[in-house]
Amino acid sequence: MPTFVYMTRCDGCGHCVDICPSDIMHIDTTTRRAYNIEPNMCWECYSCVKACPHNAIDVRGYADFAPLGHSVRVIRDEEKGVIAWRIKSRNGKKDMNLLAPITTKPWGKHIPKLSEEAAPSQEMVNSQLLFNEPKYIRLDDGDLHTLESNGLKMKAGVYY
Amino acid sequence: MGYKTVVEDNIDILVAGAGMAGTGAAFEARYWGQDKKIVIAEKANMDRSGAVAQGLYAINTYMGTRWGENNPEDHVRYARMDLMGMVREDLLFDMARHVDSAVHQFEEWGLPLMRDPKTGAYQREGRLQIMIHGESYKPIVSGAAKKSADIIYNRICLTHMLMDEAKENRVAGAVGFNVRTGDYHVFKAKAVICAAGGASNIFKPRSVGEGAGRVWYAPWSSGSAYGLMIGAGAKMTQMENRIVLARFKDGYGPVGAYFLHLKTYTQNGVGEEYESKWFPELSKMVGKEYLDTEGQHLSHKPIPTCLRNHAFISEVNAGRGPIHMVTMEAFQDPHLEEIGWHNFLGMTVGQAVLWAATDVDPKYENPELTTSEPYVMGSHATGCGAWVSGPEDLSPEEYFWGYNRMTTVEGLFGAGDAAGGTPHAFSSGSFTEGRLAAKAACKYIDDGKAEGIKVSQEQLDKRSKEIFKPLEHYKIYRNEITAGSVNPNYINPRQGLDRLQKLMDEYAGGVTVSYMTNEKLLNIGLKKMKALEEDLEKIAAEDIHELLRAWELKHRQLSSEAVLQHTLFRKETRWPGYYYRGDFMKLDDQNWHVLTVSRRDPETGEYTMEKAPCYHLVGDEENKAAAA
Repeated sequence: MPTFVYMTRCDGCGHCVDICPSDIMHIDTTTRRAYNIEPNMCWECYSCVKACPHNAIDVRGYADFAPLGHSVRVIRDEEKGVIAWRIKSRNGKKDMNLLAPITTKPWGKHIPKLSEEAAPSQEMVNSQLLFNEPKYIRLDDGDLHTLESNGLKMKAGVYY
Repeated sequence: MGYKTVVEDNIDILVAGAGMAGTGAAFEARYWGQDKKIVIAEKANMDRSGAVAQGLYAINTYMGTRWGENNPEDHVRYARMDLMGMVREDLLFDMARHVDSAVHQFEEWGLPLMRDPKTGAYQREGRLQIMIHGESYKPIVSGAAKKSADIIYNRICLTHMLMDEAKENRVAGAVGFNVRTGDYHVFKAKAVICAAGGASNIFKPRSVGEGAGRVWYAPWSSGSAYGLMIGAGAKMTQMENRIVLARFKDGYGPVGAYFLHLKTYTQNGVGEEYESKWFPELSKMVGKEYLDTEGQHLSHKPIPTCLRNHAFISEVNAGRGPIHMVTMEAFQDPHLEEIGWHNFLGMTVGQAVLWAATDVDPKYENPELTTSEPYVMGSHATGCGAWVSGPEDLSPEEYFWGYNRMTTVEGLFGAGDAAGGTPHAFSSGSFTEGRLAAKAACKYIDDGKAEGIKVSQEQLDKRSKEIFKPLEHYKIYRNEITAGSVNPNYINPRQGLDRLQKLMDEYAGGVTVSYMTNEKLLNIGLKKMKALEEDLEKIAAEDIHELLRAWELKHRQLSSEAVLQHTLFRKETRWPGYYYRGDFMKLDDQNWHVLTVSRRDPETGEYTMEKAPCYHLVGDEENKAAAA
């Protein structure tokens, strides 16, 4: 189900070119609009479809196994933090609207800037702990698991 | 060529590839190296790159020690069982004891994790899996890496590691090119965390033509993790352990939530349960330790994925296909039906497109399943990758050489698909491995291990020439022919990929041979692989985009050669259902309860193979009382 671009909606802004993980959305030099240059390297991941500000990109199922006449459209709203899908089947019997959250927080606001955190102590450095540990492992006073704490031994052998 | 050279010097930590593992590495490195220069080089755009680009509907590795659900050893036991014993238990335990702290942070950053309304704990899909609304999983996690990194280079295809010329076998950075501008990029670094991707598209896919992109693992996972590390002379492990996925046919939509949460199940073409009848015979092949058909009901132990595949493949070959997923019961519940569709939209939209296109409504029709072409990777349910050191407090001496997740090349670390022997890391575990590698890499630098690195202009010039050769080659020979793609002097990347896929399919156990291979076939495969390697010296790229495909192919080729070598070395059938050694159709614990380790000499291309011991730290049976 590779992507394609509607001629009348695309303005050549290049958002899709910028986001495509497979480097297959390029700008055509004649029409100055985006198109899929390599459909057989398209994963139908919809990254470009979601990124397009004009809803100009759509998907037509892979020619080798998907009959024509279907539609899976999407609007991803970063501000509202939701994604809305509409699935329409070839025979028209299925027409589903589905909505899902994509985030619960304002974007990036709750991610710490680690260069501004208090520097780790030498004891921390020498331990097996990572940032925010041990607290974030169990969110209580529990410590990191070790072989000793869990009553385990590493032993060589064929059978367990 | 008319391109610029861009040199980024004095880097402390270079993160090669910013998928889940790379973002974890970049994020964490800042904490342990607050004054360090941290640089990311990513082939695509970090907001949508790697295997999680599209999103995920589940986090497959979460212990839930907080809720009293699992301890790290439970994960070790599960992954070992699934991989027929062949895992690095030190690495698994280490990842599992840290993974929850990653997941708790994801939730804090805004990732919507579903909750069980009754218990308040995260909604379980299976014992170790939790359900999420993960459409924006990657952009959220990428936000964390952005806050930590000094510089992010998107659209850089790394092709080689740079090697130190003052001290043998020590890394000095990496080189590559910008896939948009064509500029040559040099990254001089004290330590490199290789977090690049595993390998899709090395075996001929079932799909043809346009559908060749509809592979199970992302088509941009070009085996660069292996290409980069093998090229640097790092030892690799378990490269024979390719994975075959039983998934919804053609779209390769995930089945995890269907089996575990929606409680759907499979049956053959005539509506019968088919798995159990294959198990007595299979039990003789692999031994009672791995498949105890009589004791299974009592122990309730899950059956290894490869063995379930074996039943699937055998049933289809016996003429009773197709195998169906029975969805018609679960989908009568509108809530479960909605989850079934959301599951695809969150991570494999293509499956929803396919069902819409073929009028499959799983409420009224049981969809078909299939077994995929094989994939080589180290973060999903298989453990290909570099032979890396474990942590000091867990690892026996054969598994420990100073720095957690460091490969056998000094200063070169591996995480995610790049680290071998650590299957079932998935997204959260890969992120965690990146964090572990980052802490160790900072220590490596602080211990003064990266002093006095020397990289000559000669090395940089040599690599530059090599990188841009496909463009040069095209220019020289293109006009010898009138038009078209048939040229006696070169092949293009697509032609080369087709040849690689056909070769691997027929000689290394792909779908068209029902996953069967043997010593004779593998040796022929290796001979043909050598010729392909030589021809890749004559690969031609018409433009920079094709240059990207040319280097992806070179990485895939290096990965594939390792797969052939490892498959040849392991003289047993360890994972029936993933592949079969026709000349050794039984699992052989007397000789092969070991991990396979290889090294390709970067100068000569010669392979040396060795066995490494397989250590265990947990018993077969659960002992809940032992841990808390």
